[in-house]
Amino acid sequence: MVKVIKLLSGNEALALGAYHAGVKVAAAYPGTPSTEILESIARFDDIYAEWSTNEKVAMEVALGAAYAGARSLVSMKHVGLNVASDPFMAASTTGVNAGMVVISADDPGIHSSQNEQDNRHYAKLAKVPMLEPSDSQEAYELMTYAFDISERFDTPVLVRTTTRISHSKSVVKVNRSRVEPVESTGFQHDVEKYVMLPAYARLRHPLLEARLVKLAAYAETFPLNQIQWGQRHLGVVTSGVAYQYAREIFPKASVLKLSMTYPLPENLLRHFAAQVDRIIVIEELTPFLQESIQAMGIKVTGKEFIPRVGELNPSIVEERSRAAGLLAETSPRQGVAIASKLPRRPPLLCPGCPHAGIFFVLSSIGQRSKSPKSKNKAPKEPKLIITGDIGCYTLATYPPLCAMDTTACMGAGIGQALGMEKAGISNKVVAVIGDSTFLHSGITPLVNAVYNEGRITVIILDNRTTAMTGHQDHPGTGISAQGKETKAVELEHLVRGIGVSDVKVIDAFNVRGLRAAVRSSLGSPELSVIIVHGACPVHVPRRSEPRAVDTEKCNQCGICLLTGCPAIRSENEQVYIDTALCVGDACTICQQICPRQAIGPQSKIEAKKSS
Amino acid sequence: MKKLDLLITGVGGQGVILASDIIGEAALAAGYDVKKTDTLGMAQRGGSVVSHVRIAYQVWSPLIKEGEVDILVAFEKLEAARWGHYLRPGAVAIVNNHALPPLSVTLGNERYPSDEEITNILRQRTDRIYFVNGTSRVSELGNIRTLNIFMLGCASLFVPLKVHIWKDSISQRVSSSIRQINITAFDQGRKEIRNVHL
Repeated sequence: MVKVIKLLSGNEALALGAYHAGVKVAAAYPGTPSTEILESIARFDDIYAEWSTNEKVAMEVALGAAYAGARSLVSMKHVGLNVASDPFMAASTTGVNAGMVVISADDPGIHSSQNEQDNRHYAKLAKVPMLEPSDSQEAYELMTYAFDISERFDTPVLVRTTTRISHSKSVVKVNRSRVEPVESTGFQHDVEKYVMLPAYARLRHPLLEARLVKLAAYAETFPLNQIQWGQRHLGVVTSGVAYQYAREIFPKASVLKLSMTYPLPENLLRHFAAQVDRIIVIEELTPFLQESIQAMGIKVTGKEFIPRVGELNPSIVEERSRAAGLLAETSPRQGVAIASKLPRRPPLLCPGCPHAGIFFVLSSIGQRSKSPKSKNKAPKEPKLIITGDIGCYTLATYPPLCAMDTTACMGAGIGQALGMEKAGISNKVVAVIGDSTFLHSGITPLVNAVYNEGRITVIILDNRTTAMTGHQDHPGTGISAQGKETKAVELEHLVRGIGVSDVKVIDAFNVRGLRAAVRSSLGSPELSVIIVHGACPVHVPRRSEPRAVDTEKCNQCGICLLTGCPAIRSENEQVYIDTALCVGDACTICQQICPRQAIGPQSKIEAKKSS
Repeated sequence: MKKLDLLITGVGGQGVILASDIIGEAALAAGYDVKKTDTLGMAQRGGSVVSHVRIAYQVWSPLIKEGEVDILVAFEKLEAARWGHYLRPGAVAIVNNHALPPLSVTLGNERYPSDEEITNILRQRTDRIYFVNGTSRVSELGNIRTLNIFMLGCASLFVPLKVHIWKDSISQRVSSSIRQINITAFDQGRKEIRNVHL
């Protein structure tokens, strides 16, 4: 019975599916493309939803809830599962009790990530079942199956989605309503199941292997693994969004769509293989399905012509299939010239960004960027090494700021800075980290730096939000995922409590103060932390009088352009400020750094002009 | 209609995603299958944004194949040229005649293409290019943020959906305080396209 028809993103559909499946506890750390799953869940009052400090904690919260008899959900981006892999492996070993679903949102094409890993391999590593939706309808429906499988086989279930599924909207026929959670049985004491001492862990391992055999038998009858018969000369095995591309490019072929991709239904695959002349696999990234099918002794091709790198799209699948002789030749389409020569438009720090001032200061003290006027001079070797990690501030890598040397993963910059120091880098190494990232994974490396007598400078960019993923709250804001006021963690107290004595707290829009703090820290023989406070302009929009350039005073030195502020533009050799973009009094960084005092409030500049 | 593939392009903050949501919801209300997908990288603001909207009785891929776009709606000129290769021969291209130079251009490292270069890129696929003065029209209206709805008004003349379906979808997605000005922007967009001579 269809109740409502909606246009939902994959993430919204996963959330609605989980709600209808009776989820009681949900936890996550924001990460593109997974963030909207928990954001959507948090709107349901009858679910407890939290932003956890990181994915490992989120996984442990969900696992505890499942142990205690409540259906639980934990969602994260692909690299989040690296952080949470320790409790994930443990969850597989102990099993769950009530249903527990782990959603991993992978990012083929690296739209917003640091790598392109294929998390399907985690299912195999952890010996847990994996489901993959191919559109929002399936995302919605899969959640009910996922929780049922989890409880029936006493295992966490991995639901693997990708950016194109999570962030595409398609039609969902909502045909259920919420299954009210059964009254929790509570936690059943069972040390052999829940306490993984070696003696008990040894007892669990054979149970996991037996569970996998039962799951493989279940996969044979899983209703969303479907054969769609067409012509028999070509059979396509596919899953996820690649299924959509397969249907588009091979409308007449027979298709085996796998929605449960681990363990695989071997008999179903053999049955399909026996009925078609040739089998190909269309899948994104690694040959995960292909190698497993080959291991069954079934002759199949795929990665011989479908790329292993990057996101697929229908054009790629069509071109590569044509090159492999699977499609008839057509007359080549006339290409469009010059499109590749157009200027690119990478993302930028916003006008009024609290990161602009500190990176401008680091860039100038470290002699890292060059003035637009000195274009032809060879760049000097930078005086400062700046280690960083993941957040909006990673964008400071780009010109004109050029103020970041490393980005590996969440929280990595602090440990890296210490490592560089211990390797013999004589100048003080600076590590920059956002507030949300510091709470996620910056505390332990800072403890490590205190303990091991590091002399590095750590700059915490405290914009009071998780900006990059769309402004989620975190422990530093004291607001919960469901909008309730809770306790806020004070960064300064936390850092001092760890044992750092040189701690400075500076306003992000006070350039002189920032410069003095950085110089003092670089000159100090001890470990120092600078906390740079300033609200994100997108999160807390404060607009007042925009700045303007006094063209009589301005000598076109171009220093203001080095902040990278998108509101400052240059046309016909004259710098001007886009008043629609400038946030005004809340920032004034360009005004503070102008050597000729040629920037001021628009009304003053205009009054001067007219007088 | 058998199928209609639209590409909406612009710069982060211009309202591309809301506009493509509204097209999708209008088509769903008219009984079609719809898929839409956005590619916006890691930008909250200021990067290139492109949204694919596919309307048909049954849609498979959410991404449109290169060379198959029926209607391009570009909120910025450079972002029209960037996606020219996606147009099918004879497609409609509606381009807001407004330039937002990227930072690399401001810093003098790259050059913004001339109007002639932009037109020539699009001409390789189609002559049906409509340059509209969206930014100045909505500035006159008094709310620059209605540009996306103005551009929808322009596009609506090429999409066989009834005007009231468009307006219902718009009304459902904008708050009541700015509903009227957005409806006016939509009407202005429809009027504008009628006055453009190719």
